[in-house]
This record gives sequence, C-alpha cells and structure tokens, in this order.
Amino acid sequence: MTAPEAPPPPVVHAPVPDDPDAHFVCPAPFDPTAEEVLPEARQKALEAGHWRMVWWKLRRHRLAVVSGLVLIGLYLIVLFAEVLAPYALGDRDTNHIYAPPQRIHLVHEGEFIGPFVYPVQYTLDMVRLKREYTPDTRTPQPIRFFCSGPSYEFWGMIPADFHLMCAPEGGTLFLLGTDRLGQDMFSRLLYGTRISMTVGLIGIAISFVIGVTLGGLAGYLGGWIDTVVQRMIEILRSLPELPLWMALSAAVPVTWSPIVVFFCITLILGLIDWPGLARAVRSKLLALREEDYVTAAQLMGARPARVIGRHLLPNFSSHLIASVTLSIPGMILGETALSFLGLGLRPPVTSWGVMLTEAQNIEAVVLYPWLMTPMAAVMIAVLAFNFLGDGLRDAADPYD
Amino acid sequence: MGPYLIRRAGLMALTLAVTSVLVFVIIQLPPGDYLTTYIEELRAQGEMVPPERIDYMREQYGLDRPLVEQYLVWAGGLLVGDLGYSFEHSVPVRALIGDVFILTLVVNVATVLFVYIVAFPIGLYTATHRYSVGDYGLTFLGFLGLATPNFLLALILLYLSNRWFGTSIGGLMDPEYLDAPWSIGKVLSVIEHLWVPVVVIGTAGTAAMIRRLRANLLDELHRPYVTTARAKGVPPTRLLVKYPLRMALNPFVADIGNLLPQLVSGSVIVSAIMSLPTTGPLLLRALAAQDYYVAGAMLMFLAVLTVIGQFVSDVLLAVLDPRIRLGGGLAK
Repeated sequence: MTAPEAPPPPVVHAPVPDDPDAHFVCPAPFDPTAEEVLPEARQKALEAGHWRMVWWKLRRHRLAVVSGLVLIGLYLIVLFAEVLAPYALGDRDTNHIYAPPQRIHLVHEGEFIGPFVYPVQYTLDMVRLKREYTPDTRTPQPIRFFCSGPSYEFWGMIPADFHLMCAPEGGTLFLLGTDRLGQDMFSRLLYGTRISMTVGLIGIAISFVIGVTLGGLAGYLGGWIDTVVQRMIEILRSLPELPLWMALSAAVPVTWSPIVVFFCITLILGLIDWPGLARAVRSKLLALREEDYVTAAQLMGARPARVIGRHLLPNFSSHLIASVTLSIPGMILGETALSFLGLGLRPPVTSWGVMLTEAQNIEAVVLYPWLMTPMAAVMIAVLAFNFLGDGLRDAADPYD
Repeated sequence: MGPYLIRRAGLMALTLAVTSVLVFVIIQLPPGDYLTTYIEELRAQGEMVPPERIDYMREQYGLDRPLVEQYLVWAGGLLVGDLGYSFEHSVPVRALIGDVFILTLVVNVATVLFVYIVAFPIGLYTATHRYSVGDYGLTFLGFLGLATPNFLLALILLYLSNRWFGTSIGGLMDPEYLDAPWSIGKVLSVIEHLWVPVVVIGTAGTAAMIRRLRANLLDELHRPYVTTARAKGVPPTRLLVKYPLRMALNPFVADIGNLLPQLVSGSVIVSAIMSLPTTGPLLLRALAAQDYYVAGAMLMFLAVLTVIGQFVSDVLLAVLDPRIRLGGGLAK
C-alpha cells in the first residue's frame, strides 16, 4: 500500500497590489526530473510500514495506551503470581477466618519505620455471633520484603519459597482480608488473575480458529458454503449466550479433574462465541477477493488456504486484532458468571468468578464486604480490554 | 411486504427448528440420564429396585427408544404445548412453570422498553450537545455501565439497599402474593418490584444503545441535506426530528437483534441472584439436577423469546425502511 502523495510545498509570491483578479505563475523553471524534498519527519512518515503507522496512531489514544499498560501488568501477575502473592495457594489460617483487610502503615507514634501492619486481636461477639477483629496498635510488625515465605512450586514445576513480600515474623499480612476458610484474599486474587486472564486468551484462540476458518471459507468460496455459514451465524447470534453456556457447562461431569474442566469451559466459551468474528472475516473477504492480486495468486496456482492465509488475512490483520481484543472481555465475563453460578470452574481452581461465589449470599456481602474485591479486578480487566480494543479499532486504519 | 414477511417467517421457523435440535443435543449431553441417577439414589438409600420397574420406567419415559425418535417425540410435544415431564418433581413441566414464563416475558419486555425510553433522550442530548459537560458526564456513566457486568451490579445494589435501607430488594412481588392467584394487588406489587431488576439488566444495553444512537446521529447531523434544510430556514427542533432522527432511528430499531439475546442472558443470571420467580433460577436448578426436560423447556422458551423479538424488530424495520421491504433482502 502506498501512502498518498504529499501536496507540493506552496510557492510564495509577492502579492500584486490592486489586482482584483490575482493570477500567479511560478517564475522558477520547470524541471520534471526534480525530486520533491520533504522535511525529514514527513519523509519518515511516508516510508513507515503499516504496523509502525498503526502504532503511531494508537500512541495518540491515551486511554488505550494506559489500558495496554494495565493489561501488561495483569499478564505479569499471570506469569509471576507465586512470587507476588505473600501466601501460597491453599494456605489457610484457621485463626483468622473472615478477617478484615489489614492496613499498611508507615508511621508509628510519630516515628517513621517503613511499611508495617498492626497485629489483629480476635474476639467472638457472642451477642451478634460475629467475629470481631481489633488491631493492636502497640506493636508494629514490619512487612518483610524479598523474603522466603511459604514454599510453592513455580508454575507447578520448580520448588521455591521466594516472595516479593511476606507476613511479618509471627504475624499476618491480609491486605484484602480473608475468606470463609481463612485464605488470604489478596494472594487468591493474584492466583485468580492467572486463571481468569488465561480463560479469555485460550477461549478467544478457539473462537478465532473457528471464526477465521468458517468466515474465510464463506467469504472466499461463496455459494452454498456461504449460505450455510451465514445461517449458522444468524441462528447462533439470535440465541442468548449465557443459558447455552450454562447448559453446556452443566454437562461437564463434576468428577473430571480441575484441569480438564478448565479446558472444557474455555472450549465451551469459544464454541459459542465465534459468529461475531466469522462475520467480520466474511464481509472483509467478500470485498477483498475481487482484487487483482487475488486473481494473480489464483492464476499462479495458489490454493484457497494459501490465498486466504498468505494474501488476504494480512490485509486486515489489524482489524482482526482489534475485534479479538474486543471479544476477550465477553469471555472473561462468561467464565466469571459461570463460576459464580457454580457451573463453571470449581475450587480448588481459583478464578475471580470462583472467589465471587463466596459473595453470593447477602449476609456474607453485608458482613464481609471485602469478599467483593474480585469484582474490581473483573471490571478493571474488562474496561482495559474495551479501551484498548477501541483504540486498536481506530488505529487499524491509519491512512486518514 | 408480503414476500418479505414470508421469507422472514421461514427463517424464523428454520432458526427455531435448528435451535430445538441444538437444545435437545445439549440436554442429552450429560453422561447417563435422570433415571440412572434416580435409581442410584434409591439404591444408596437401601431400597431395592426390581429390574422390571426400571424397564417399565424406561419405557414409560421413552428412554429406551433411539435418540432421533426421542427428539421427534419431544419436539412434537413442544409444538402442541406438551413440554415433557419433570423427573425431579414428578409432575409435568407445564405444572411446574406456572407464572414463570409470563413473568420472564414481563421482565424482558419491561427491560427493552426501559432501554429505549432511557437511551433515546440521552442519545439525542449527547449527540446534539457534543463535547459539552453533560455529554462527557453521560458518556463516562455509559462506559461505567458497559463495564459493570449486570450480576455484579445486582450484588452491589443488594449490598447498598441492605446497608442504607435495611431491606432486601430481591424478589418480584411481596411475599404474600407468591402463590396467590393473579389480582390487581399482585400486579401492582410486581410493578413496584420490577424496576430494580429492570435497571440492573438494562444498564449495559442502555449504555451501548446511547453510544450507538449518538454515533449514528452525529454521522447524519453533518450531511449536506441537513445543511440545506437549515439554509432554507427550518427551525432546529423540526429539522432534527424530520430528517436526521428518522435516519438514525433505523439502526436503533435494527439493534434489537443484538440487544435481546444480551438482555435475556442478563436476566437469567440476575434473576438467579435476586431470586426472581423467572426462568433463571428454574433453569439453574434443572441443570444442576439433570432434570433435562425442564432445562430443555426453559432453553427453548428463552430462544423463542429472542427469535420472536427479532422477528418483530425486523418487521418494524421493514415498515420504517422501504429499501428493505421492496428489496426483499434480509435486514442485515
């Protein structure tokens, strides 16, 4: 694709006074071989490749850039959840059940001693049958950093016990409180990020493969294949997604191992979500397949798969990336909703939706509002993907 | 109009037929059938189940016949209003449903109306007052509404109402009307309770609708015909209503195709949380208990709801837009 010709630099003439019908002619001799000299920045812009221009345009979209950084942060958590979490997955502190979040303090009795927490005293309010935790403000307990804490297996393979921060010696560090089993909500939230953010990626990969294959065949070959695929798309789009997801996940046997269930759920999410993508691919291909270079490729004996994959898809890959980004939130929300209803992932697998099942009954929510924190994580992830997707969609066509 | 209607109705019938196959396959997916589970339960309780009785039950429910035949029996039953039999409650599914379908319909129709009534003036305002404080404020609210999943919104509302008013906002009517026959009081009670779930389910759809109406109207507002009309001296309000608004309304009506499945999905999960007497909790319960005729009936009902809704919206669109009814093409 060539960039449009830049207009020639305006030639400035001295205005002729009192001439109402001004007509200017450039006095310089005409040289047809002369190359236009452009400012360096402009020249660079003309030579920039497609992806560089997409990036330039995306960069101007502040919200999209910030969202991209947030997402990079979330995926770093996915990679290093074990190191970042102060507690290991499944660690239970039965002395601190439904403990409220502990605040991090910096100054104790007018003296700066770095980040520390106060230990909490547990009493049971026998009248209201409520667990009361009161901070003991006499003894500050400094948080340890770069420390060895509860041991874990990094990515389930390498045994280690290094943590970014750990609970003080003999103390506790519950930044977001604890749940019904005395598990640290903050650590679980980090581990939950791993599952919830991967569900979106794997699910979208499945839906991408189906969508591009079916949409590609329909758009490129046309005819009865197109008709069949179009009807499938219409039918699937006219059905409510969630009840179908619910019915399909209810069919996954409870006895299967958590890993298998995880893959089944992502498969289910992907299986129902492809029509949107297939439709986008189809309509793009319908327009592009009439281009000359497609005929050229066909005359040289390229098969449909090669024409689609090598010549057509790269033409709108930036559009594809944008629509993929915009469909990931739906997957994350789908998993959260399913797990929340108890039909998706189940403990010991920890995802945001699994954590939110604890917040299902109103008593728990009113007494222990910190159980709702995974909600904030879900909203941040969904918003970030939406903003980044919006930015990408605007940037996908950088030639205006 | 005639040929278009026939084509559109044909497509609707095809969609429903395919959906019924899909639903039947899905509800048959779990390994084993309800009878196996039931017999296991009886055995676990120490009860002897004579094999003749098992065979009898199998025959009674048609579970011994090939799947295609089972499907035909089930689908044929659906056509004449026979929804099958609930194994869990030992009653026909019809008896189990009671007001559930009507209430689901009420909730969803009310939500669609809510979305349109709220989105229309706000979309109009944000488009005509672009880049004003009101536009920015409402756009921001819209983004928040889009990003908050409705079941989380339901939880937040439940929490806040409990915190501030000390009452629960769950349910769709006052408790005394739960099993009572329909009366004026019951209808009023439903209307009184309806707004919370309607707002919860409709927020995301409203936000999306506002954005779309705003974008459509902004496209139209700068067309040459608007400039021409303004140059001719048409008053601003009349101008807005007569030309750009009519153009922008088309996508607004067509969009019900996207809106309806989304709303129905939302209503399923929200009603499960807010314990509304609609299809949501019943579907969830049936899925958990493998009571598959009940689950099938619920799924089919939800599908019929969206498919008919889309049919209505397409017909409306054809009335609005002569290009569609004359071209005979589908509204896509």
